[in-house]
Amino acid sequence: MGEPNGLRDRAAIAGIGHTEFSKGLGRSEYDMAVEAIWAACADAGISPRDIDGVVRYDIETTDEEQLLSVLGNPEIGYFASTSWGGGASASVVVHAAAAIAAGLAETVLVFRSRARGKNSVFGKGSSLGGRYWERMDERLPELNQWHVPHGLVSAFQEMAMITRRYMIDYGTTEDDFAEVAVTFRAHAGRNPHAVMREPMTIEDHHGSRMIAEPLRLFDCNIETDGACAMIITSSERARDLRQTPAIIHAGAMAAGSHHRWTSSMYSRSRDDDSAARTGRRLFERAGLTPDEIDAFFCYDFFTSFVIIALEDYGFCRRGEGGSFVKDGGLSFEGGNLPTNTNGGQLSEAFIHGQNNNLEAVRQIRGTSTAQVADAELVLVAGANTDPTGAFILRR
Amino acid sequence: MTSLRNEVLTRGRPLPLPTLDTAPFYEAARRGELRFQRCTACGTWRHYPRPACPECMSRDYEWALASGRGEVYTWTIVHPPTLPVFEADVPYNVVDVLLEEGVHFQSQVLDCPPEAIRAGLPVEAVFVPVDEEITLVKFRVTPDQSKPHSE
Repeated sequence: MGEPNGLRDRAAIAGIGHTEFSKGLGRSEYDMAVEAIWAACADAGISPRDIDGVVRYDIETTDEEQLLSVLGNPEIGYFASTSWGGGASASVVVHAAAAIAAGLAETVLVFRSRARGKNSVFGKGSSLGGRYWERMDERLPELNQWHVPHGLVSAFQEMAMITRRYMIDYGTTEDDFAEVAVTFRAHAGRNPHAVMREPMTIEDHHGSRMIAEPLRLFDCNIETDGACAMIITSSERARDLRQTPAIIHAGAMAAGSHHRWTSSMYSRSRDDDSAARTGRRLFERAGLTPDEIDAFFCYDFFTSFVIIALEDYGFCRRGEGGSFVKDGGLSFEGGNLPTNTNGGQLSEAFIHGQNNNLEAVRQIRGTSTAQVADAELVLVAGANTDPTGAFILRR
Repeated sequence: MTSLRNEVLTRGRPLPLPTLDTAPFYEAARRGELRFQRCTACGTWRHYPRPACPECMSRDYEWALASGRGEVYTWTIVHPPTLPVFEADVPYNVVDVLLEEGVHFQSQVLDCPPEAIRAGLPVEAVFVPVDEEITLVKFRVTPDQSKPHSE
């Protein structure tokens, strides 16, 4: 007997929308969010006033009140938020599907808006655009009191330490990281919305400057402005709407280490942490195995965590991610597992995973600029150094 | 926008603000002691401070004196960008030390070139006062006991 899957095939992604992606749009997160939401509604063929549920990231700056004040005060009968940026990226969809399966809402909005190009800062608050870590208090009462005073100030520096230990434990190399960056850049080159489209070589990657060893500039996600939104409704209703529905076949979540809790993270084995737990539960609920998945969307905040995600979700064994990604292993054209066919957060845009979610829907619809032939099953995973979630879409 | 950005950047050195949960750590550091919570029911050490033991659920604990010895578990060498206050130090190391007691602790190894940092490097705690309240716990490479002293 497998895990219960009470949301199996009950809900579907019926509409997707996004703004332009750019290194600096000079617009507020609120304004960009509304443009993306309107676009998603138009794509689905519904009015924004049909929205009766909202699931957002807990760090999202546009809250329910701000939504109501542009939606004309419709009934929002379900609202929820889930933890963190990367960790929330797939979990928001799991929450929305659960709300629909439980009958708590009929038309649920999921969205994320980020003004994070480095010149987009417009306030002191850590969630109000720009680089959060450049604007912290000089007295730290929270968890960051343990590492920021020693010069470990930002996520990419924390990720560098986790990456270094993974290289020691499993033999992953900088050449493996380069393969990921080059493949996703090639995908971005086909995508007119991608911010970084110039072709990249392995040598370009190795020649990019060090940011936090062992991570180089081209191992890191780009910092961008933009917003993404999706409309999730019952599968039954989705079939009557404008687009081919992307059916949410299964979803799973698991609490676990967060990259800011590094001392706790190192005391858990990878296979005992959130991403691996999510993967096991997801496949059991879906009644599927990794080799049945046609395309993978992982949270590519850093190249190293793409390789770790392939191993976390069972597409290959621990330590085998490097050989799995070699020679275009993640390419949409004949790769072992086409991954992040939009160019991902390394090359398209960094909207805390929502841009990857939208591309997963395009793969199911058959409308990607790097379309995987006959894509029927797509797995989308949130960040694998956070409490996280994942879901499987099917046609 | 650029001028606004300059106005909100953190310029000073960020320091811990001790809380009800963490103050005993900093009080000990001020005395030159490295202390962590240890469960008095099962003896398990823990860091970060927390109100119960994850091994046995006991809420009873003491702030026990640690040896200060451990080894580098993982590390990074930080290059720009980083906070302005740390820019003069780049490239600098930040390490995770696995202490003899089994807890992980983030800090820096002082007086050690980036290329000398490695996993397994033996280190020991040193105490660096910053102001009246805060003393930061840093590390140095453990002197090799097998070498004869040179006078």
